[in-house]
Amino acid sequence: MRNAITIAAKDLKERLRDRSAIILAVVVPLGLAFIMNLTLGPITEQAFSTGVAVSDDDGGAVAQGFTSVLEEIEEDGFIDVTVAESEADARIRVADDDVSTAYLVPEGFSDAVSGNQPASIVVVGNPDQPIGAQVGKAIADGYVSEVNAVRLSVATAIALGADDLAGLASAATLQSSPVTLGAGETEGRGFDFSTFYATGIAVFFLFFTVQFGVLSIIEERESGTMPRLLIAPISKQSILAGKLGASFVMGVVSTAVLWLATTLVMGADWGASLGVVILIVAGVAAAMGLTAAVATIATTAEQAASITAFIVVVFGVLGGTFFPVTRVSGVFEVVSRVTPHFWLMDGFKRLSAGEGVVDILPALGAILAFAVVLGTIGLVRAKDLMRT
Amino acid sequence: MAETVLACTDLRKTYDDLVAVDDVSFTIGAGETYGLLGPNGAGKTTTISMVAGLLEKDGGTAVVAGNEITTRSTSAKAAIGLVPQDLAIYPDLTARENLRFFGKLYGIGDGLNARVDEVLDVIELSDRADDQTKEYSGGMKRRLNIGLGLLHRPELLILDEPTVGVDPQSRNAILENVERLGDEGMAVLYTTHYMEEAERLCDRIGIIDEGRIIAEGTRRELVSLVGGRDRIHVETSGDTSSVVASVTALDDVESCSSAGSVLEVVAVNASRALPEVVLAVTRAGLDVQSVDVSEPDLETVFLHLTGKALRE
Ligand SMILES: Nc1ncnc2c1ncn2[C@@H]1O[C@H](COP(=O)(O)OP(=O)(O)O)[C@@H](O)[C@H]1O
Ligand SMILES: [Mg+2]
Repeated sequence: MRNAITIAAKDLKERLRDRSAIILAVVVPLGLAFIMNLTLGPITEQAFSTGVAVSDDDGGAVAQGFTSVLEEIEEDGFIDVTVAESEADARIRVADDDVSTAYLVPEGFSDAVSGNQPASIVVVGNPDQPIGAQVGKAIADGYVSEVNAVRLSVATAIALGADDLAGLASAATLQSSPVTLGAGETEGRGFDFSTFYATGIAVFFLFFTVQFGVLSIIEERESGTMPRLLIAPISKQSILAGKLGASFVMGVVSTAVLWLATTLVMGADWGASLGVVILIVAGVAAAMGLTAAVATIATTAEQAASITAFIVVVFGVLGGTFFPVTRVSGVFEVVSRVTPHFWLMDGFKRLSAGEGVVDILPALGAILAFAVVLGTIGLVRAKDLMRT
Repeated sequence: MAETVLACTDLRKTYDDLVAVDDVSFTIGAGETYGLLGPNGAGKTTTISMVAGLLEKDGGTAVVAGNEITTRSTSAKAAIGLVPQDLAIYPDLTARENLRFFGKLYGIGDGLNARVDEVLDVIELSDRADDQTKEYSGGMKRRLNIGLGLLHRPELLILDEPTVGVDPQSRNAILENVERLGDEGMAVLYTTHYMEEAERLCDRIGIIDEGRIIAEGTRRELVSLVGGRDRIHVETSGDTSSVVASVTALDDVESCSSAGSVLEVVAVNASRALPEVVLAVTRAGLDVQSVDVSEPDLETVFLHLTGKALRE
């Protein structure tokens, strides 16, 4: 045990001297998190709190359904709905820059929809709030797709004062299912963007950071120092334990630094500390398992690093460390579940949304399963790694 | 003889069809420096790797300070210090950190700092002790490599060709160090393919070729194997390989080997052989540029025993 600590301490000292490890483990992810938060975060957040106006000249059931959809989204805090007195009132609000979008529901709308006749909601966008207007249109599109069966059409007038509404309406007729904004999935969990970037980047880079410890076994072989370790009066197990210990410390410390820094500087909220700590430890274990498994098939440290990089990027994308997996569906969503990244993100998402340790148990189980399966592959062949 | 520190019996290692080490046996006593002298590929590194417990043996035993050494030995290995043929130091750490790290693994407790200073002094790195070793010259790295082997005062120190690729000055410093270690009572196992080093350093020498120790003894004992023979060194104007057969066939010539334009001859009687050798060379269309007749040395012994030159 004492020998393992001596070896781990030596490895950590080497890593600290060789700045590239710290840069990859902490500086790059932190910088990336800040940049993503600055460039993408605020825009998206502003879009979700955009003001919209709706005028209902129809008053029928379908029209009211639309208004209540808007109100639901409003509850989630993405939009601020104003019910206008008239079509003219709604247009004035756009003109005055009060809102980004006005929805004009014409008279006879509900009857037309029910009667399977062409019908349209006119969406008036505010050119001074382009992103808000885009979101406003996307919400309407989403509604349209929900009632797609009745071939509803949406007329869009991004420019102010478009007179030929009928012409615009027919030009903008939507036949196919439009892209949804996904009112159902950016959902009210409150998983804000700062936290998403912070945890996504932390999970992604964790798998790079952790590999240093395991790779150092191959590096010692390449640099000729492995014979010295092997002729020392210590067991092979303590060499292995030292290497794994260094990996573990690097993974936990670098992730903890990202946790602290993104919380303090970016205002990220990772959620309940105990859960975060448990997830980090489990994540480090899974990452150690992955690199150990890779180390057994690689002949040089460089080769192992390339294989790991490939797997980590693929898993990172599939597992949703760059964008939420819930935005996609089908095969992709299923495949993403065979990555430890998916479950780590799932756990972090839950914690960030205020859920407790109990709620992350399924994710935790999946992550540890990866750690055990991959780690066993690695350990079975660990003895082979420990040669000259 | 002094107390036996290392006893190897019938060490054996095979790689597929190749017998790298073929029933090698020898012993080394305390204070004795033993040389394994042989050309590249003779099996020197393979032999000492088994002695140090780095490599699984296919047969035989290696007993160091009373304990048998295998790859699974732990505490018994503390009696051994190894200076590997290739550098084995951490480039990002300083010399002092390298020494302290291995000192801890060898369980040197209280006296560690003092011992590290002492070793730094011996290998003449005290003034650069706190620089990262990646900034060192080749000779400095070599000296640290040696310092790491003797740090824990092993009973047996094994050095594997420690002067290969070293400048003449550092080489001399290394040889002086090794001489002193033998004087201090350490048993030293020294491998080399330089016969001058073996002659200078070693109390006893084992000549190894193709995995077998083909002769063993003091320098004097080994040289007596070639009896009253002489060594003739001929430098010519061209490739001598075509002359070997005709020279070997001469009555007074025992063996002959060619290395480029140089011909190495072991003769029973130099004064009679020399004119015939020169004649054979000129007949082959080569000019003789210099001839040197000398007392036999280990090179001659090797040539006599194997028909090959020690150096390729
Ligand atoms: N790992 C190995 N696999 C196959 N052959 C090896 C291996 N190690 C050494 N050998 C062979 O064993 C012989 C002895 O090698 P070695 O002990 O390194 O010689 P030396 O140290 O005297 O130069 C050589 O022919 C070498 O090619
Ligand atoms: Mg060798």
